[in-house]
Amino acid sequence: MSEKNFRGIPASDGIAIGSTFCYIPTELTIPVCASGSVDEEMARVAEAREHARVELQGLYDAVEKKVGKEEASIFEAHQEMLNDPALEGKIREFVEIGQTAEQALFMATEELANLLAGMEDELFAARAQDVKDVGRRVLRNLLGFPDTALSAVTEPSIIIAEDLTPSDTASLDPKLTLGFITAQGGLTSHSAILARTLGLPAIVGMGDGLLEKVSSGTFIVMDGHTGEMLLEPDDETVAYYKQIKAQRGSRLQILKAAAEKDALTANGRRVEVAANVGEASSARDAMEHGAEGIGLLRTEFLYLEDTQPPSEEKQYRIYREIFDVMGTRPVIVRTLDIGGDKPPSYMPFPDEMNPFLGWRAIRISLDEPELFKTQLRAILRAAIGHQARIMFPMVSDLDELRRAREIVETVKRDLALDSVEFAANVPVGIMVETPAAAVLVDVLAEASDFFSLGTNDLTQYTMAVDRGNAKVSGLFQPLHPAVLRLIRQTIDAGHAKGKWVGMCGELAGMTKAIPILLGFGLDEFSMNPRAIPEAKNLIGKLTDDRAREIAGQAMSFGTTAEIETYMKGVLASL
Amino acid sequence: MAEAKIQVKNKVGLHARPAALFVQTAAKFASMIKVKNLTSNGNFVDAKSIIMVLTLGVMKDHEVLIQTDGADADSALEALKSLIEGNFGES
Repeated sequence: MSEKNFRGIPASDGIAIGSTFCYIPTELTIPVCASGSVDEEMARVAEAREHARVELQGLYDAVEKKVGKEEASIFEAHQEMLNDPALEGKIREFVEIGQTAEQALFMATEELANLLAGMEDELFAARAQDVKDVGRRVLRNLLGFPDTALSAVTEPSIIIAEDLTPSDTASLDPKLTLGFITAQGGLTSHSAILARTLGLPAIVGMGDGLLEKVSSGTFIVMDGHTGEMLLEPDDETVAYYKQIKAQRGSRLQILKAAAEKDALTANGRRVEVAANVGEASSARDAMEHGAEGIGLLRTEFLYLEDTQPPSEEKQYRIYREIFDVMGTRPVIVRTLDIGGDKPPSYMPFPDEMNPFLGWRAIRISLDEPELFKTQLRAILRAAIGHQARIMFPMVSDLDELRRAREIVETVKRDLALDSVEFAANVPVGIMVETPAAAVLVDVLAEASDFFSLGTNDLTQYTMAVDRGNAKVSGLFQPLHPAVLRLIRQTIDAGHAKGKWVGMCGELAGMTKAIPILLGFGLDEFSMNPRAIPEAKNLIGKLTDDRAREIAGQAMSFGTTAEIETYMKGVLASL
Repeated sequence: MAEAKIQVKNKVGLHARPAALFVQTAAKFASMIKVKNLTSNGNFVDAKSIIMVLTLGVMKDHEVLIQTDGADADSALEALKSLIEGNFGES
């Protein structure tokens, strides 16, 4: 059964139900044959380029008409690459050493594309695909093949492909395309962006072997909201998705309207709804979903993606990019939060019986001050002109917090001595995720400018349960009365000291928890970007009085099951 | 021959539309035009090649060096300078 359900990266919302069309681009084999004179081969290249230019102009016009000028501009860029003197020069070099036009074109585009692909910045590196796309277009013309096999789609289908180039996506007929699923690609690939603009459901990054799992004409359901693909679903499943599709259609309008506005309770109190973000590209995704800030910027990806710790410059660039996307909206940067469960390759980790109770997060930062200082320098420098905040993970003690703050002050002094510009007034706070921190909020308030509840770890440590252990994971209950009491206590103690208290755990985005948290007086809800519209919509339906009443009632129960049943009733009544 | 050091201040650097405008402007002149990224300390590339200009990886706040050589060297340099200093018409 389970081999029929797959999950990729949800790239564009919407449900599609229908038959697949597997798109396998024409294999362009480069013929091995004797080449003509340099002039003859270059003349063939020029002719193929002219055909390609006409095709690109046609695509530009079609996309401009169908979608808009901005989306069409990619084909303008392709035309420029087509006329690139460096490309022409490279082709000539290869032809002059006796290669055919086809070979020369292929090698020249590969060489230039590889120069781009090797670049550190993902925006620049992504342009390698455009060079290859242009090269393929000219090569196809040299070989005399017609434009794209996608014209073979004759009835409404879900397109399945290894990857879709911008040219491929542009030549999709929206009337015949129900959606698409690709093995490669990310949220920021052109095809994903175009799908969102066109309102086509799309899933990307399904992983290798997609085309072995699905063949043309397979009946499937795809959900671009969750990233799920279901092969040959039964009637019941299809009926279920048809119903969801109809419901979402009308809900989508309401949610979209809610997402565009600031979150307000029914009595007009302003509440912040922010996003949890784990990489540079999802900041844009967060903005699209109505995030009013970033309540948790995870920085682990910087430390785990390479064989050496990230340099100050690299971190500066990435933080800056994210801060720029968010403008003057607040961004809470969580400092390094790694541990022995997922150690970076360049750091020797001790063998630990229990990495979750071991050397991790702030404990590592305090033991490895150079690593910590590099990160703090980058954050403080990038924060100029933005509303950045620094947050330490896994603090369990006031002394730890004091030492960490002292390092922040040292870093500021170093930056000033080096005459490097930085933001001097960045608030510094902690993540409340150990029970120790939760019961010590009034004490920690001395050295913490704000608090943010991390409910995943707080639940794990409070319930003493590893949620990866199937035998006990049933006890992982973020709505457990014990966890809720700690949350309420944290918010009350924080407010009593005049501190802002937010939440960046999964609980903040759960509809069954939001009314309770609102009743507790939580200042900020930070969640997966996709949960934001729903959360804003829900907050807008509740007055503070009603939320307090709900919270009071929920806290009167002794078990999670009772709380959940009660909340189900509450949500149904709204 | 003429040359100038300029800091790129627009948001995306020499990428997307600004990169295209830069190359299109360079292509209007007969002079040989070379550009290098001083911040990352790379090599000179042909300013009329969009692909090579992209390989410079010029981002906001980077400094570039432009060299022009030919009959219209001065006006070419002036045109590219004012393009960058005017932030490529971005507001």
